[in-house]
Amino acid sequence: MDITDTAILRRLLAGALLLLVATAAQATPKIQHWQLDNGARIYFVESHHLPMVQALAVFHAGSSRDQPATAGVAALTSALLVEGTADLDANAVADRFESLGAQYSADSYRDMARFSLRSLSDPEYLDPAVDLAGRLLKAPSFPEAGFQRERARALTGLAHSRQNPANVAARRFFEALYPGHPYALPPEGSEAGLAAASLADVRAFHQRYYVGRNVILALVGDLDPARARRIAQQLVGDLPAGEKPAPPPSPPEAVAKEVRIPFPSAQSHLLMGQHAIARGDPDYFPLYVGNYSLGGGGQQSRLFQEIREKNGLAYSTYSYFVPMERPGPFTIGLQTRNDQLDKALALTREQVRAFVADGPSAEELEAARKNLTGGFALRTDSSRRIAEQIAVMGFYNLPLDYLDRFIDRINAVTLEQVRDAWRRRVRPEDMTTVIVGGGG
Amino acid sequence: MAIRNAIWLLAALTVAGCAATATRDPGPAVFEQVLDNGLRVIVQPDHRAPVVVSQIWYQVGASDEPAGLTGISHVLEHMMFKGTPRFPEGAFSRIIAENGGEENAFTGSDYTAYFQRLEKSRLPIALELEADRMRNLVLRKDQFAKEVQVVMEERRLRTEDQPESLVYESLMAAAFQKHPYHHPIVGWMQDLQGLRVEDLRGWYQQHYAPDNATLVIVGDVQPSEVFALSRRYFGPLQGSRHVRPAPPAEPPQQAVRRLRVKAPAEVPYLLLGFHVPVPASLGAAEPWEPYALQLLSALLDGGEAARLARNLVRGAGVAASAGAEYDFSARYPSMFFLDANPANSHDLAEVEAALLAEISRLQAEPVGETELARVKAQVIASDVFQRDSMFYQGMRLGTYQTVGLGWRAAAGYVDRLRAVTAAQVQAVARRYLVENNMSVAWLDPQPIEPGRRMRRGTGHGHH
Repeated sequence: MDITDTAILRRLLAGALLLLVATAAQATPKIQHWQLDNGARIYFVESHHLPMVQALAVFHAGSSRDQPATAGVAALTSALLVEGTADLDANAVADRFESLGAQYSADSYRDMARFSLRSLSDPEYLDPAVDLAGRLLKAPSFPEAGFQRERARALTGLAHSRQNPANVAARRFFEALYPGHPYALPPEGSEAGLAAASLADVRAFHQRYYVGRNVILALVGDLDPARARRIAQQLVGDLPAGEKPAPPPSPPEAVAKEVRIPFPSAQSHLLMGQHAIARGDPDYFPLYVGNYSLGGGGQQSRLFQEIREKNGLAYSTYSYFVPMERPGPFTIGLQTRNDQLDKALALTREQVRAFVADGPSAEELEAARKNLTGGFALRTDSSRRIAEQIAVMGFYNLPLDYLDRFIDRINAVTLEQVRDAWRRRVRPEDMTTVIVGGGG
Repeated sequence: MAIRNAIWLLAALTVAGCAATATRDPGPAVFEQVLDNGLRVIVQPDHRAPVVVSQIWYQVGASDEPAGLTGISHVLEHMMFKGTPRFPEGAFSRIIAENGGEENAFTGSDYTAYFQRLEKSRLPIALELEADRMRNLVLRKDQFAKEVQVVMEERRLRTEDQPESLVYESLMAAAFQKHPYHHPIVGWMQDLQGLRVEDLRGWYQQHYAPDNATLVIVGDVQPSEVFALSRRYFGPLQGSRHVRPAPPAEPPQQAVRRLRVKAPAEVPYLLLGFHVPVPASLGAAEPWEPYALQLLSALLDGGEAARLARNLVRGAGVAASAGAEYDFSARYPSMFFLDANPANSHDLAEVEAALLAEISRLQAEPVGETELARVKAQVIASDVFQRDSMFYQGMRLGTYQTVGLGWRAAAGYVDRLRAVTAAQVQAVARRYLVENNMSVAWLDPQPIEPGRRMRRGTGHGHH
């Protein structure tokens, strides 16, 4: 029942899409997978329910590929893709797409940079939209004027973030959790990094990371397989093969820290956690299923019951894992009136300590299983959701039957596995705490 | 950036209208049945996945609230999760969760709605639970005392600590002096502090009844089955026959209203609002006017090719961001908004002048055919894209019905937009986007430092 604020949701997107993943036997979308000559990997789901196509091209080109001194190059590269081609400027690109009714966007997070195209499936509209998108991905013009403007807008965006205590907390949280590691760099770039970035940096970044071996294309919609193959080729088939970059380094050992940032807000924002698991980690399922009972299961979770229902301290409180290419964070959060912070913090710590020590009850585990399996069909009920699911599967190299096996894997998790995984992997004594607020 | 913040529920609906083509199919079939007790049931089958969305819409919201009780609709929305004699506190959400469902609720100016998304075979569970809490809610004083604190936290989170939300709240309070759109959906903090559980009991008795509600079901279902289930669970409930008093009409604005909101912030911001008619209101002098305003909004902000992105962000570079929004789906005459953050090295006066220059141009020159065709193409295509979401389809039917337009009008939306001419766009710009009809709010950023905490003002809700 909690919709956490959009800033948090936006951050969740960084890698959390798969947390939302699931599958059900007969409801599982049938995924067709192939590879292009340049190494691009294609994941296609045929769906003729609506006369539309959703394409999502995902590159290992998020801020974890940034250099600290020029943090923001990844975000700028993504934003500047749509500034033009050799023969079209940004206005002409926008006119062309939107006259076709197509919707397009580029965004970037820590691990991934994404380009999305949504179009009607009629070839009269789809074919020219795909042609233009393919040219933007392969040979964007990266004009100087666009670079200067987008860099200035990115700096304004950072200033905008600095006036929001939730955003300040999120940035400080990653900095505290990942000292010296690329995951500490904000996906939007840093003030100093953006100021130091050059157009040459953007061109080099594009050349290195927007390549065939580094792209996943998710394609969902009203296409037969032959046409899907042609469209995939047009979108990402002409990218140079390049090389897939090595993953970021492992994060440093966790050291407990407490960071308090004074902020003239009515509420204090609390984030607490540690880095935890990477994609494909064998402990993922016991941790994920267990988290439903601690803070992932909305109203059913212990944090919600304790902080909101019993004590009326916060509108939103939650916990979640973000499995990433390298161990992503386990995050616990809430916001409360400044004078209630100490109470809320003590209650939260006690809940986490007790959960790690004892694990969920048998009833809690059963409730988690029922929810995660019973709601499986909801995860793939639209083209957009299916595209996001299969893009994440491809991006993190999850097996093609990941969705098919999801329910069985949830059901196979035992109480002992949950307790064991939480005791080994979650360490309340090493957690970092970030608090932004205090009023003035 | 704040317009979307402040009215995002409506934004999802109205801007929705925008994208492209001639090969339009007639759209999905919709079925309706009205039960003897007045409950209206609307079903839109959608068989692409074994999923169903259930939404119950009550025709009550912030615009029904008397002064002193602002926020009561939204607080009651929170209390609706607190239990009945048959399903005590926590049971509703536990049962939905055990069935793999998602649920939530939202309150707007003109409605309060509750929804579940479920695997299709679980629909009877949701209907049984919703029918039960429509008439049998227990409102306990101790639960209320805690929950109203949660709502105050929500207000702090969404409004008081969000400078651009404060600007929106202040602008609405200035633009509407008599009509209840003056008040924030979440309520004023002082009213929340004074609210009593007895007030909620009265509000619940008046407004939560089958003759004040619409049930909307979208998904992998057969209409006849849904109607049978509805009769079974909701049929025994009694209507309230409550007659809602009409809120006072807003007198015509006679002069520009200007305000300056000071709050800790770094980025200046401005919001312009103009009083405009909506399809559901009687204020529309011509039935095409709201559609012309909707198209006007898309011309300004319907994508990267639209005028604000092209001229203010990319062209002149005076704005870091700029937007337009028309509150098309309101029950009563509402607002047409423009907003912007200035680009670095530009100030609010320059951005305001640039926005007003765009308005002047729309008043002076008819929109060219190519540009109009592009915007209409977007409208038509996005009508298809929106059908990718079952939830959105339910939102559209529920909103249309609840604000008084009738759900059938939703089917005519695209055709009405396509029929708008360049001359009509020009006419609404000349008629409504004028100085005496304008309110302007500037955010004047104050340093973000300890010890500088400012007086704050408010928002709206989601359970």
